[in-house]
Amino acid sequence: MGPLVPDIISENMSHILGFLIGLAFGAILEQAGFSSSRKLVGLFYGYDFTVLRVFFTAGVVAMVGILGLSHFGLLDLTEIYVNPTYLWSAIVGGLVMGLGFVIGGFCPGTSVSAAAIGKIDAWIFLGGIFIGVLVFTEGYPVFEELYKAGYMGNIRVPDRFEISANGFAFITVIAAFFAFYAVYLFEQRKKKAITFFEPNVRSVAVGALAALLAIGALLFTDRRERILRLAQSNEFVASYPVDVMEIDEAAFWIMEKAHDKVQFIDFRNKEEFSKMALPNSFNFTVENLFEKGGNPRLKLKGMKSVFVADDEFTERQMAVIAKELGYKRIHILRGGLDAFRREILGFVTPIEPPKTLAEEWLVRFRSNARTEIEELIKHNKPKKEPQQREKRKLGGC
Amino acid sequence: MREERYMNPYLAGLLLGLLLVGTFFVTGRGLGASGAFKRVVIATVETIAPTHASQAKFYQEYSTQPPGSSPLKDFLVFEVVGVLIGAFASGLYAGRVSWRLEKGMNATVRARIIGAFVGGVLWGIGSQFARGCTSGAALSGLAVMSIGGILTMLCIFGGAYGFAYFFRKLWI
Repeated sequence: MGPLVPDIISENMSHILGFLIGLAFGAILEQAGFSSSRKLVGLFYGYDFTVLRVFFTAGVVAMVGILGLSHFGLLDLTEIYVNPTYLWSAIVGGLVMGLGFVIGGFCPGTSVSAAAIGKIDAWIFLGGIFIGVLVFTEGYPVFEELYKAGYMGNIRVPDRFEISANGFAFITVIAAFFAFYAVYLFEQRKKKAITFFEPNVRSVAVGALAALLAIGALLFTDRRERILRLAQSNEFVASYPVDVMEIDEAAFWIMEKAHDKVQFIDFRNKEEFSKMALPNSFNFTVENLFEKGGNPRLKLKGMKSVFVADDEFTERQMAVIAKELGYKRIHILRGGLDAFRREILGFVTPIEPPKTLAEEWLVRFRSNARTEIEELIKHNKPKKEPQQREKRKLGGC
Repeated sequence: MREERYMNPYLAGLLLGLLLVGTFFVTGRGLGASGAFKRVVIATVETIAPTHASQAKFYQEYSTQPPGSSPLKDFLVFEVVGVLIGAFASGLYAGRVSWRLEKGMNATVRARIIGAFVGGVLWGIGSQFARGCTSGAALSGLAVMSIGGILTMLCIFGGAYGFAYFFRKLWI
């Protein structure tokens, strides 16, 4: 369903929304005390931990909230903007901003909220940002190499490290909670107080929020991630009930040219597919299965979809994903395309004469099928299933 | 100086987090600030020196608007205008609106003015390298678990801790 822009809300409307979101953003920053540079830098000199508390709370609430929306199918995580990772640019930029933080006393968002209530230093800071951006844009030919160095794509922590999104969210919530408790103890020590816990509404509320977020972090599993993990488990895939079509039946449907009854969904790579493909087959990747709103080809009424790949196990994996996603009438080809090529296309009439009637029929059927299907494949122009256009949001800062 | 009454930081954090989730739900991207400045700079250069803007590499690569459309017609620009007004309203409500220069107890006005300017310049440059600032890269990046965003976050706060000692006279 989400994000609502651009399918449900137009880009122009989103500008008005941006203004409204900004109103709330500015009010929260100002109410939190972020319009004061002394309060902001207090974090780095140990006299005020508001920044840590607000920032970390907002971060974990948003992280768990996004997982929650995705879990209930309200937000498509593949469409939201994930900041791209340019390793060296991110590090250098971050350090330069850290230096700017202790010298200037603001960051851009907070300086806007401070300027709004008349802080003269914030207006000067804003002028500095303008000049700084100008220095960058004018000096771009010099900075470009570093700016683009170490590109790793729009990667998220679970893409790169051996941890699930839920595990990472859980650890972050726990880390935030301990950070909050640590600064609380630090403040107590400065006040020469020795309490480790104050039984008031505030501390109970913070504890309860942390507990809720920790539980949410574990419960809000990502549908896509869960299904892909299931498909990686050999035992799960092997024991999953899937309809299997025999190669002779597949050959029969191909010769019948029953294009409105049976279609083949080919999961091999592009190159192999363009070299040889069954008639009425479509080249899919796993991403086609996850298309928003479901792949229309797999939802055709009364159409059997036979998943093919070189080996049967890959077919099973894809069928598991498809069936978990709710697609119906999914079949796989017995033995995969390897078996089909060996037994049908490469069929050799045995030297010994057939002993039974059934054997004789099989020999006759397969030698017919071999010539006929070979001919059909030769005239078949492989069709590539169109990839859904890249919809991930661009933007950010 | 009178005691300022601010919102409980955890409550403010909760509200900010919910706003961020809402922003992702509606627009598919997070909050930001420095991007708006980039737009303002591009718009300014395109207005003052259009020939230069059409030749210099950065403006060519990053001016993706359809011809005739202003770079200011952007989500982040509208958002930052909202921040300005929202913060002003909040300041009025709390009785905090007044022209004043805030500085550390032992810092001179001159030092504060230079510091604010230099700090701003550093943020301007740094936020371009990191493709975002505390809101766009660090906070929104953390929310979506972007490795680049989290790395930038660690470098902003880690860097600030590392450099804090050298600029302590400005603040304490």
